[in-house]
Amino acid sequence: MPITNLLPLAPFFVLSGTIILSLFTSAFSIKTSNTTYGLTLAGIAVSFGILFLPIPYAQITPLIAMDTYAAYYLGVILLSSFGIALLSHDYLPLKKTEATHEYYLILLLATLGACVLVASTHFASFLLGLEILSISLYALISYSREDLRGLEAGTKYLVLAGTSSALLLFGMALTYASTGTLEFGRLANSLPQNPNLQSVLSLGGAMILTGIGFKLALAPFHIWSPDIYEGAPAPIAAFVATVSKGSIFALLLRFLLALRLAPDSRVFSLLAILASASILIGNLTALRQSNIKRILAYSSTAHLGYLLVPILAGVSSGLHASTFYLVSYMITSLIAFSVISLLSTPERDADQISDYLGLFWKRPGVATLFSASLLSLAGMPLTLGFVGKLYLITAAVNSALWVPVAILIGGSAIGLYYYLKIILSVFTPSPDSNLVQKPFSIPARSTLLILSGALLGLGIYPSPLLMLIQRTLENLPQ
Amino acid sequence: MILILLLAIPILGGLLSWGAEKWNPSLPRWISLLALMADFVLALLLWMIPRTHSGTWFAQFDAAWISQWGVRFHLGIDGLSFLLVLLTLFLGILSVISSWRSIQFRVGFFHLNLMWVLSGIIGVFLALDLFLFYFFWELMLVPMYFLIGIWGHENRTYAAMKFFLFTQASGLLMLLSILGLYSIHGLSTGTYTFDYPQLLSTTLSPRTGLFLMLGFFIAFAVKLPMVPLHTWLPDAHTEAPTAGSVILAGLLLKTGGYGLIRFILPLFPSPAHQVSPIVMALAVAGILYGGIMAFSQKDLKRLVAYTSVSHLGFVLLGVFAGTPLALQGAVIQMICHGLSTGGLFILVGGIQDRIRTRNIDKLGGIGSIAPRMTHSALFFALASLGLPGIGNFIGEFLTLLGTYEVHPLLGALASFGSVISAVYSLRIIQTVFHGSLNNTLAAERLVDLSGRETLIMATLVVALLWIGMNPQPLLNATSVELDKVSHAYH
Repeated sequence: MPITNLLPLAPFFVLSGTIILSLFTSAFSIKTSNTTYGLTLAGIAVSFGILFLPIPYAQITPLIAMDTYAAYYLGVILLSSFGIALLSHDYLPLKKTEATHEYYLILLLATLGACVLVASTHFASFLLGLEILSISLYALISYSREDLRGLEAGTKYLVLAGTSSALLLFGMALTYASTGTLEFGRLANSLPQNPNLQSVLSLGGAMILTGIGFKLALAPFHIWSPDIYEGAPAPIAAFVATVSKGSIFALLLRFLLALRLAPDSRVFSLLAILASASILIGNLTALRQSNIKRILAYSSTAHLGYLLVPILAGVSSGLHASTFYLVSYMITSLIAFSVISLLSTPERDADQISDYLGLFWKRPGVATLFSASLLSLAGMPLTLGFVGKLYLITAAVNSALWVPVAILIGGSAIGLYYYLKIILSVFTPSPDSNLVQKPFSIPARSTLLILSGALLGLGIYPSPLLMLIQRTLENLPQ
Repeated sequence: MILILLLAIPILGGLLSWGAEKWNPSLPRWISLLALMADFVLALLLWMIPRTHSGTWFAQFDAAWISQWGVRFHLGIDGLSFLLVLLTLFLGILSVISSWRSIQFRVGFFHLNLMWVLSGIIGVFLALDLFLFYFFWELMLVPMYFLIGIWGHENRTYAAMKFFLFTQASGLLMLLSILGLYSIHGLSTGTYTFDYPQLLSTTLSPRTGLFLMLGFFIAFAVKLPMVPLHTWLPDAHTEAPTAGSVILAGLLLKTGGYGLIRFILPLFPSPAHQVSPIVMALAVAGILYGGIMAFSQKDLKRLVAYTSVSHLGFVLLGVFAGTPLALQGAVIQMICHGLSTGGLFILVGGIQDRIRTRNIDKLGGIGSIAPRMTHSALFFALASLGLPGIGNFIGEFLTLLGTYEVHPLLGALASFGSVISAVYSLRIIQTVFHGSLNNTLAAERLVDLSGRETLIMATLVVALLWIGMNPQPLLNATSVELDKVSHAYH
């Protein structure tokens, strides 16, 4: 194979190269925290820039497809990771963690894993990407070694993610046993005729869905997520909520699309159960929480449920809506977590609702952005979340999915309560506050501003994003 | 273009007020006042535009917004929306004036919310694209939520939350119906659009029509409110600051009535006809229930809140009777209720600011100290009980007259509502204003209406009397539209 055929993989090479370079610099020098930070930012920026070069898209080996779909998600992931790296730079000094250079290195590794996921068209690359991502996350979640909650969260994630990876792997093995292929694209044509093998395949498929359900924290496989969100450092919680879940969902969409399922397939019944359970359980359990990170964890379960609703009657009819909502959810969550991360104190993260009492009267700017992100999660107008939710419902209504839509609407109505609870405390006048009083750094401020600009700008005029998604998805085999 | 300005002035005025607080705490009040006055004049100018346009719209604005989905920024104004926009700005001005002294906390942000609620309401009255309509419908909730939740009275958190959840949850049902209508229209004609004039021609099967209508209806019935969906209202009205109560009772409830007339009857005439006996029965139940509840309240503000339930029952009754007379009655009732209840809320707010209580048992004999206050209260009480010569009478009378044609029994029952309203209105006057002064605090603190307050009262009295004596201009303004609605409905 001529080397130029590998050219479309350039973003991956740049990321990997940066990781190796960072390893070397940390090995040969002591004060490297800023070097790795700079390298990380540069590596991400360069890989992002490469996406705009006129490199032809191609399937490279059966494992990886660099198509518009992969490029789009690569862009989304790289931008999110860039933002998270910027936030971490403000967050880590607070915690006085030693050896922060490793942090950025692992963050890059996790980003690489996510990038592999969104481009994979084969079970092997799927598993590789997933493991690179998960294993990096074990380390990141329990990064501050002094923090017991972080250690607890890391251990929990280790056990649960390990279990779910094992399930996935076993499911893949069963699928291979019954179909004889590991390529997504070939599965649809290799379905077994023998009834015994068919039941093996059903079992394998169920295990794969369960494994993915774990990673996406869909109910009833969501039990781990509130503890992880609560214990992890705020920027890493943001990473889990956005990059990790987003890349796995992108993979799920590509996988389901390749299966070319009939609308009456049992897979859709399973997904419908997962979606409904996630929406209801996620929203209802969030009602009783007083920790904002836990609320966001439960609400994330509910949002992943929303994302599944439009694809319940065939993947291609709901693909656009889900893709749109996914990016809107990622932008919104990033803002919410950025605020939590930036307001955290050396002792603990700003994760109690009571921490936000009267925030608006002390720091109107950041309080407004925080409220806007919560309103976007609740789906109020002027925000991206409103347009996204509208898109979801329109797609689902067009496919006549009345019951899931009713559940989605019921869930959103319940969800309002806890978002409003937080917003009201942000606006309740209160004399004292133990939040960080110092102004934010310029990078943090610009990250927040850019994200919020996207949230409100695209919320009012979503056409550019709609067009981008249209162009991304039109080349996908459907 | 003038319609865009109509919307933009309050939005910009609100932002400006917020920013101006830094320089001078009373600057936001002046900015808001001037912005609303300019907007009011602008709205009046619309009346001067010669109406040579085709159809009933005398000004429109139409621009592409989200072209992928066929969403347009389509605004239009006809007689009905014109009157309601005028009412919005008028009550908006009075709200600003009435909070001149009573709001001292975070004046800038208060006015930002106030102005944005108003522009949301104006948007609701102007939107001719269902997406845009829903957009404004939701948009007016958030600032109202803040008005109640930040500047409200003791139990404000609970009331604000209840208000928001009721209206938002019912709004989501409307959204579902809007999208259903959009999808059905798109499938049958091939053009996916939210445009109201185009959607009017959608053909619906009776079953789908009924379900879609219910989605809209529940949203409007919660706002109006219709018994038994009214439970948010007494809490929200009672806990809101005076300006908030004025806007809630005077304007927000009217968006429900407007929605019924603008959307339910024209879009779903036969399903609406199908449910009309039930709805009219509920309307009468609301008239009587609201009146009885008002009579048994101890809290003066809660009492006024329940009178709204009763009076808005007439609006619901009139709309679903659907005759031209009943519809006109409903519109006049909406406007006059806005003015008279606004007046009552401002008075109650004035009493509370002075003697720190709204408990009827602790009030009494105010008349001996504050004659101007008492006489204004008497006027609004008389308006509320439907005394001929005052606007409310015209509204109730036309509504009842129109209802008798369709459903004599319900019309007869509804007229009992007027009897009950006489009882509770006179009770306010008797217990609060007459009798002896039994509150020492009242004796020390009570002063009569200030010049500013007297001005508010005088404007309201003049407006109500003018409508009562000379309702013809109002009837003319809306007759074309309402005849059309009524024609489609019957």
